[in-house]
Amino acid sequence: MSGPSTSTTPTAPVRRRTGLFRTAWRFGRTKVGVALAGLIVLIAVVGPFVAPYTPTEFVARPFESGADGTLFGGDNRGRDVLTRFLWGGWTLLLLAGASAGLGVAAGTVIGIIAGYRRGWVDDVLMRTNDVLLAFPQLIAALLVMSIIGPKVWLIVAVIAVSHMPRVARVIREATRKVIEQDYVKAAEAIGLPRGRIMAVEILPNVTSPLLVELGLRLTYSIGVVAVLGFLGMGLQPPTADWGLMINENRQAMAVQPWAVALPVTAIAILTVGANLITDGLSRAAIGIDRGVEK
Amino acid sequence: MTEQPENTRAEGSTADSRPSTEGTVLSVDGLTVIGRPSDVEIISDVSVSVNRGEILGLVGESGSGKTTLGLTLLRHLKRATEIVGGRVWVGRQDLASLSERQVRELRGRAVAYIPQSPASALNPALRLGDQLSEALHDPTLTRSEIADRVREVLREVALPDDHAFLRRYPHQLSGGQQQRVAIAMAFVGRPDLIVLDEPTTGLDVTTQAHVLETIRSMTREYGTAGVYISHDMAVVADLADDIAVMYRGELVEHGRADAVLSDPQHEYTRRLLMAVPLLRTSGHEEPPARDGEPLLRISGLSAGYGRTQVLEGIDLSVSPGECVALLGESGSGKTTLSRSVAGLHHQFAGGLVFDGQALATSSYRRTAEQRRRIQYVFQNPYEALNPRKRVRDQILGPYRHLVGRPDHPDLVVAQALERATLPASYGERFPEQLSGGERQRVCIARAVATRPDLLVCDEITSALDVSVQAEIVKLLRSLQDDGMALLFVTHNIALVSNIADRVAILNQGEIVEYGTVGQVMSAPEHEYTRALIADTPDFELSFPGAPERLGLGLEQEGRGVDSGA
Repeated sequence: MSGPSTSTTPTAPVRRRTGLFRTAWRFGRTKVGVALAGLIVLIAVVGPFVAPYTPTEFVARPFESGADGTLFGGDNRGRDVLTRFLWGGWTLLLLAGASAGLGVAAGTVIGIIAGYRRGWVDDVLMRTNDVLLAFPQLIAALLVMSIIGPKVWLIVAVIAVSHMPRVARVIREATRKVIEQDYVKAAEAIGLPRGRIMAVEILPNVTSPLLVELGLRLTYSIGVVAVLGFLGMGLQPPTADWGLMINENRQAMAVQPWAVALPVTAIAILTVGANLITDGLSRAAIGIDRGVEK
Repeated sequence: MTEQPENTRAEGSTADSRPSTEGTVLSVDGLTVIGRPSDVEIISDVSVSVNRGEILGLVGESGSGKTTLGLTLLRHLKRATEIVGGRVWVGRQDLASLSERQVRELRGRAVAYIPQSPASALNPALRLGDQLSEALHDPTLTRSEIADRVREVLREVALPDDHAFLRRYPHQLSGGQQQRVAIAMAFVGRPDLIVLDEPTTGLDVTTQAHVLETIRSMTREYGTAGVYISHDMAVVADLADDIAVMYRGELVEHGRADAVLSDPQHEYTRRLLMAVPLLRTSGHEEPPARDGEPLLRISGLSAGYGRTQVLEGIDLSVSPGECVALLGESGSGKTTLSRSVAGLHHQFAGGLVFDGQALATSSYRRTAEQRRRIQYVFQNPYEALNPRKRVRDQILGPYRHLVGRPDHPDLVVAQALERATLPASYGERFPEQLSGGERQRVCIARAVATRPDLLVCDEITSALDVSVQAEIVKLLRSLQDDGMALLFVTHNIALVSNIADRVAILNQGEIVEYGTVGQVMSAPEHEYTRALIADTPDFELSFPGAPERLGLGLEQEGRGVDSGA
């Protein structure tokens, strides 16, 4: 506590510490990540409105490249590849976003409760988590899909549940650090209800690891949703979906490469972009936790 | 810098000392360090010198640049700081001219460093023997020579030197032992200069007295020059030969210790000197006899953690408007007792009666009225405020929960801040925009916002600079004048002798002495109390114009303390 060099002049105007986002933005990787991910999100969101055809319209012969009026030719049924590509993104993003969001939210709640209440509550929650963790993410998804059948809500639920224990572990650790702080004890001393303590005192102080987790889980979700689509356990034909597109068109990859290359590239760029953003966020979070600038 | 007082009275060394001067180990000449990217001068044009076998006390408050200066002597610069002017000579070496490799050889041999917190400075995974041998890092020595040297230095710091001790890990030692290991590590290489960065701040007075004695005898014996960095004038006055006072990066005063203490030139030095709480052993007024039922009565209380019993048979009472001090060293159970009163420590048995009603063990089983009337202020203001909430919300949160939704929330905040002597505009700030003292005031404002009858203060000044401590103590006294009762928990006996009406001395979970402050301070009955009083650095203000502090009543005492605020 002796002489922190950063606060030498007590008279200097006090400046609020830069937030997580602003710190993360200073890293070049974050900017690249935002550009990459932003590009793909833009394609997925605007795509359906600018697509030249409807996604199920037949405009060429199957696997015909260079047909009139198409930029990238036709797919396995003779539908326009560009149109299907433009239409196929938003379902992927929506499913990935929803499952990551739900999974992180549930994991956060469980992590904070387990970290704060300790005792048997902690044991029950975390041992249940361990059981869930024992299932590999993708295998568990495939197992449930093949039993119940591929349904959209099920995809979201299964991926969310598989994220939950991983998030819960991280948040539980962060919570344990926070509850050592006296402001939590101060709230207990005045008898603030436990729920409010968790929501008002603890949650705002675990946002840094929370954001990093969210980015990480989003990346994983994109991968899992795409793989499920590819394996036929995700969205069903004739829906336009990137994962599905890769599966449908892979037999004719040599003849009509665009139908596979476009969705593959898009998923790759999106994943790399999301990863870079997450990386920037986690670096910023570490810096903030240590109390150092830059 | 407008004045150069450091040159006027320096004895034993010439002002513009070159390394050629015999006996001068360290000389710093016009050193300026700036922080990037704002180019703020952390240290501006500082010149000091230290002779062989002498100790320079470097005094200043947090942020005055004293630690930065101390680290510069090892040619270690904190992140984003840069030396832009001046020279540092250690022995005959100019630090600026050294290569990275030479700097590594310099550290530990020519210059050694003793950090503030030994617990975090010792490697928890290394045995003490390995750690000490590593500090010696001299390739010319054989194994047995290293082992002999390590044992020798351990004997010198009064630690055991047997094999079993060398195989211990740092966590198996007490805080005082850890600090002595850190001292041994610093002295093992027979350095020319040793930099001590507040090495006794976290220690009890008894341990502090031992550690200071060790440091003093070691520097004399080795002929090492010492730079002792501290914010506590009392410790420095006890130890140093020279004193240098830093204020906002500048050296405002420098001279022989007795000269600085008896005739301080700079206004800031006077303020620092007057902020030191003096141990008053006489002249206490007899507190008025309190009749009727006390506000808080603790009877036969025992508490523990698991199977470990920490407190045994505690009897204590606090009357309305009275300040009762609970004095004890770390591990004496004083925090456990105060937390039991606040409902934060649940594992206790015995009577706890507040205003005629028994208190439940957990704060959650107490009535809202009881929770409102007993408020708790935490030791460390850096941890006691939620960093994500504005001061305004920190104050209004407990108020809404315990009193109800206020009609004029702004007024509640402004009044609470005013009672803690902060401007109402502070309500919009976040904790990180406040200094340590301001944070502690916000904590007090949060506690007094609900108009409690009893304020439990757990070591609330120990994390703060001495000058800030004095202001907080003054604030507490004014709250007490308003009729609030205080349970003041501390290890600082000098502070207690100035603020308390009655004192309970806690030693290893039992109250060994309990009485009015005049009684306990002037005629201590228990030998533990006598030892505490003897180990406190004796310090007296002798400069002309200083208030004659001994023999004055409590009221004037308070006015004297705050003159710098």
